[in-house]
Amino acid sequence: MLRYTIRRLLLAIPTLLFISFVIFAILDLAPNDPTGQLPLTIPAEVREKIRESLGLGEPFFIRYLKWLEQFFINEPLNILDQAFGIQIGNAEERLRITSWATRSPIVDLIIERTPQTLMVVGLSYVVAILIALPIGIISAYRQYSWFDQFGTFFSMVGFSIPTFFTGLVCIIVFSVYLGWFPSIYDTTHKVTDWDSFVFQIRQMIMPVMVLALFNAAQLSRFMRASMLDNLNQDYVRTARAKGMKERAVLLIHVLRNSLIPVITVIALGVPQIFGGAIITEQIFRVNGLGQLLIIGIQGADIPLVQTLTFIFAILIVLFNLIADILYGILDPRIRYD
Amino acid sequence: MTDAPITSVDQRAMQDAEMGEQRSLWGDVWRQFRRHTGALLGVAVFVFIVLAVALGPFIHTVDPQHLDIVNKNQGPSWAHPMGTDNLGRDMFAQVLAGGQVSLAVGVAAMLISLMIGTLVGVLAGYFKVMDGALMRLTDLFLALPILPLLLVIILLFRDTLRKAIGPEAGIFLLIVFVIGITSWMQTARIVRGDVLSLKEREFVLAARSIGTRSWRIILRHILPNVLSPIMVSATLGVANAIITESALSFLGLGFPPDFPTWGRLLYDGANFMQLSPDRVLWPGLAISLTVLSVNFMGDGLRDALDPRQRGRK
Repeated sequence: MLRYTIRRLLLAIPTLLFISFVIFAILDLAPNDPTGQLPLTIPAEVREKIRESLGLGEPFFIRYLKWLEQFFINEPLNILDQAFGIQIGNAEERLRITSWATRSPIVDLIIERTPQTLMVVGLSYVVAILIALPIGIISAYRQYSWFDQFGTFFSMVGFSIPTFFTGLVCIIVFSVYLGWFPSIYDTTHKVTDWDSFVFQIRQMIMPVMVLALFNAAQLSRFMRASMLDNLNQDYVRTARAKGMKERAVLLIHVLRNSLIPVITVIALGVPQIFGGAIITEQIFRVNGLGQLLIIGIQGADIPLVQTLTFIFAILIVLFNLIADILYGILDPRIRYD
Repeated sequence: MTDAPITSVDQRAMQDAEMGEQRSLWGDVWRQFRRHTGALLGVAVFVFIVLAVALGPFIHTVDPQHLDIVNKNQGPSWAHPMGTDNLGRDMFAQVLAGGQVSLAVGVAAMLISLMIGTLVGVLAGYFKVMDGALMRLTDLFLALPILPLLLVIILLFRDTLRKAIGPEAGIFLLIVFVIGITSWMQTARIVRGDVLSLKEREFVLAARSIGTRSWRIILRHILPNVLSPIMVSATLGVANAIITESALSFLGLGFPPDFPTWGRLLYDGANFMQLSPDRVLWPGLAISLTVLSVNFMGDGLRDALDPRQRGRK
């Protein structure tokens, strides 16, 4: 297992390098001028100076290597420095990836935005799992019952209706007509006492539920299919034949085995929730990572977009690896070596 | 499934009697497909939407871009069945026009992704030399963060293409192309798996033994046999492309407002949500119904094309 993990980690390096190159190249070779949004009255030589100050004077490969150095060496060192209050090398001279729009280091922007995304999107994923697992279990146990029919229909609907429509409908119904929940997520809100806690819950309900329903729809189908695969196995018959309680058969024997593929699906979905949250964050005005990306894209803030997109890619590669390893750990029949 | 109730066996016997002994593969598929109520409903709804979008503008002959600022933000009436927007444009005509673009994007992007996916899948499955490289490429594409990349590509290439080919054709080609080349991976994987097992079968061996060339074996013997997974991915591909296009338009990076799609109408309507909520409702409902019907069709097709489900004796 360890050998497999190390091999996969080593394989991830060329993959990530390739992806970083693709992302960098797409953004860099595109026919787009970062000074294009500046006023037309700026003379050409000043424009050229601005381009050079943004680091655009160097050839393509030099800039790519510099960006890699900043991303993989300078920024991690900075984080280490800040975390332990130590100095590794010359911290002052170290070049950081800075945003063109705000002129601040991008890592700081990301650290600032991450809690909101984790809070809303992470919680929605947890809620989705909590909804999906029972639905999947009951649907499979009572296959073709009305509950199963309804569950299948529900998951089909949840899976087909995009979050930007459910989100808007929720705002219309619950904010405009009923006035129960605020339509805009207030990130400056601090939880200090009971009332502010209630407000926090109220403003989180809609974004969390919209995203949770979408994810739950997919997960419940996986759970149902996985339970059905296991319910017809011989070991279930054996367990029943030796007189175990139905509850124990279902919740201990079948559930444990059925969860193995579902857990890997859950792990694979984690990077997607960061990407998929772009739309939900946009609807409810949560200023998380997704919104940061949109702002960067709209403002043609190339370094910010490059870095964020690459971080999403790292998450995908990492969670693919985690899913495979989890599969090997949970299911002893699977041997990678 | 295998223990089908007696009635269905009787029915099948009756159908057999009616049709004589001739039972083609596609006849069987159709017979199984008909039993899936959701799939039939899906077909009905989808055909209805396609017909409405294609023929609707001939019946409801209002120009979707006609500004009538006096009659802005109106509710539904006989003249404007879905009301008007903030510039007095007829919503129904806009939804119909937007549907044409949305459906065209969905089908065109699906065709591109199917072609790439099938090509990569067949090449990787049939020619052992290319397998490793092509599958690594597929893995790389699967590791790309699709939505952010799509947004970035569209932002960067939009203006250039608009200047080169014209505002409407440019953005259409760009969106169809980028959705197509970022959604072929699942098809490629499924096709490769099927080709790998088909390649070892006797009929392929027989074809090879009489000296059939590789490309002929692929065209005549392999491709017809991988048609069913390709068809299922086609339906899922349409649904996926429509959703992706709407998401892009919804984030303001898709089609321009004077060339609306359902996603763009939703995006524009979202700003007037409190004033006229039905501007969000109609395009959103159109997207959801289309995707839902296509997904149900795909579900039914998957069941119908699965020989284990079909219950042939």
